[in-house]
Amino acid sequence: MATVLVVGEQAHGHLKKATLSALTAAQQIAQNTGGQIVGVVVGPGAGQAAQELAGYGIPVHVVEGAAFEHALAETHSAAAAEVAEKAGAGEVVIAATAYGKDIAPRIAAKLGAGLASDVLAIAGANQFKRAMWAGNAIATVEVVTPVKVVTVRATEFAAPQKAQGAGTVTPAQVAAPQPKTKFVEFNEVKSARPELTEARVVVSGGRGTKGDFKPIEQLADVLNAAVGASRAVVDAGWQPNDLQVGQTGKVVAPQLYVAAGISGAIQHLAGMKGSKTIVAINKDAEAPIFQVADYGLVADLFKALPEMAEAVKKLQ
Amino acid sequence: MKILVTIKRVEDYESKIKVKPDNSWIVTDGVNYRANPFDEIAVEEGLRLRDSNMPSEVIVVSVGPAAAAAEIRSGLAMGADRGILVKHDAFVDSDGVARVLKAVIDQEKPDLVLMGKQAVDVDDNVAGQLLAEYLGWGQATFASKKESLESPEEKAKKPGIQLGADKKTAQVAREVDGGLEVLEVQLPAIVTVDLRLNVPRYASLPNIMKAKKKPIVEMTPQQLGVDVAPKVKVVKVEPPPQRTAGVKVPDVETLVQKLHSEAKVI
Repeated sequence: MATVLVVGEQAHGHLKKATLSALTAAQQIAQNTGGQIVGVVVGPGAGQAAQELAGYGIPVHVVEGAAFEHALAETHSAAAAEVAEKAGAGEVVIAATAYGKDIAPRIAAKLGAGLASDVLAIAGANQFKRAMWAGNAIATVEVVTPVKVVTVRATEFAAPQKAQGAGTVTPAQVAAPQPKTKFVEFNEVKSARPELTEARVVVSGGRGTKGDFKPIEQLADVLNAAVGASRAVVDAGWQPNDLQVGQTGKVVAPQLYVAAGISGAIQHLAGMKGSKTIVAINKDAEAPIFQVADYGLVADLFKALPEMAEAVKKLQ
Repeated sequence: MKILVTIKRVEDYESKIKVKPDNSWIVTDGVNYRANPFDEIAVEEGLRLRDSNMPSEVIVVSVGPAAAAAEIRSGLAMGADRGILVKHDAFVDSDGVARVLKAVIDQEKPDLVLMGKQAVDVDDNVAGQLLAEYLGWGQATFASKKESLESPEEKAKKPGIQLGADKKTAQVAREVDGGLEVLEVQLPAIVTVDLRLNVPRYASLPNIMKAKKKPIVEMTPQQLGVDVAPKVKVVKVEPPPQRTAGVKVPDVETLVQKLHSEAKVI
């Protein structure tokens, strides 16, 4: 019986939440195939992150060492593929984050595997559902190769429950590849707010802000929310790139999504339609965003958002 | 320098996409086609690198139906030098595309390959990475730049990808979760581009006329010795679940009250 390998993602020894979504997807796959789930975490601090993953009752392999210091696609994909081969993996599952998207295809190429990317649901032993045409169609794809690689959209799979007993954590010996890529620097965007893709509440601003994000940020502070932006805002240079919510930016699915001054282009909707509750605040009553909003308020965001922040404060 | 850029013919994102009644694919009648927008950014970057590193050439390559010659032509009209069309009418998955491109690259031996990070039809985001692995090359995915699209650097049409003095390496700023990562790749390498790398130029009328005379070589996957039978088959296409419009609330007070007691999210 083939193993299902979950490739974890970590930073400074902390497991990324998205990995738990990949684990849930792996559990669903294992239910279909009867396979055993095994994990692997690569990079400095992987040992600590592996303990966290093992807390869900699965054995986890650890790849550490100077050769894997930076998350280079060449080295990390080689390590994961080697562990997959040794574990006899039939499926390799990774969250479709920037890291997962970067390394998963190289793992697939090394294993001769077909790759189903950014999967929304497991549809059968070899079948997966995924969005195409910016979410305007949902395709069921079948991977016909014996080994399959799957990247999953983290927002579509809830984290599993911790297990009673933890799994083992063991170092894996893998070849250290000679990459043709060198890490130069990382310019972190520092923020006191929760990460956009992991936040319970997201407050996003669009063209209607005219570049003034103060009302967005004030409401976000009160709600302990992440701040998002439409493509128009990012293209104008009003907000950094990594705040963009949309098919080509970040895909989010928080409990509450507040869209302020956002018209609701299809490309934006594709990135937030999965949110549990959507609030739209826009001066234009005809804005398409109202067609997907649970609660719509036709109002000037510069007046409505501060009022909303005050009203929420009173509730707390 | 020889720069190879890929262009895919895709449905125009402004066209209304409808699923066929038999769930086999989307309705293609009446849909407009265009070059994948990410690929246009790749072409623009290729042209900027070429023009700041003469003598160089930019080759645009497409894998697709005969009609994809139009998208190659659009790349030539932007300023690329010549085109290659690998003709195949049926669906080719990203793995097939990567293997076809590898065969083309084995012949052309470019110094740099630029690709859109994903095609906006299948939204896969894997062909570039697969290709890099098949070639045994380094990769820099999601190329962006530190400066905004409103910056003087962008207005001056400077390339975002920085070539080393010896042109044996390139530095690429990548858009990743939580910030921008800068990698140095040995050339030849694969770079896949993101939205904020540049603003692609429009083709001018004289350049559109000139493009008509630029050569496009046609070949087939069979001639390249590549079997494009998909590893990932599309078995069903369905419309997405529809979200229904909710209620309009008259004021902020009602909104907050409903979020608190009805939706229970605050």
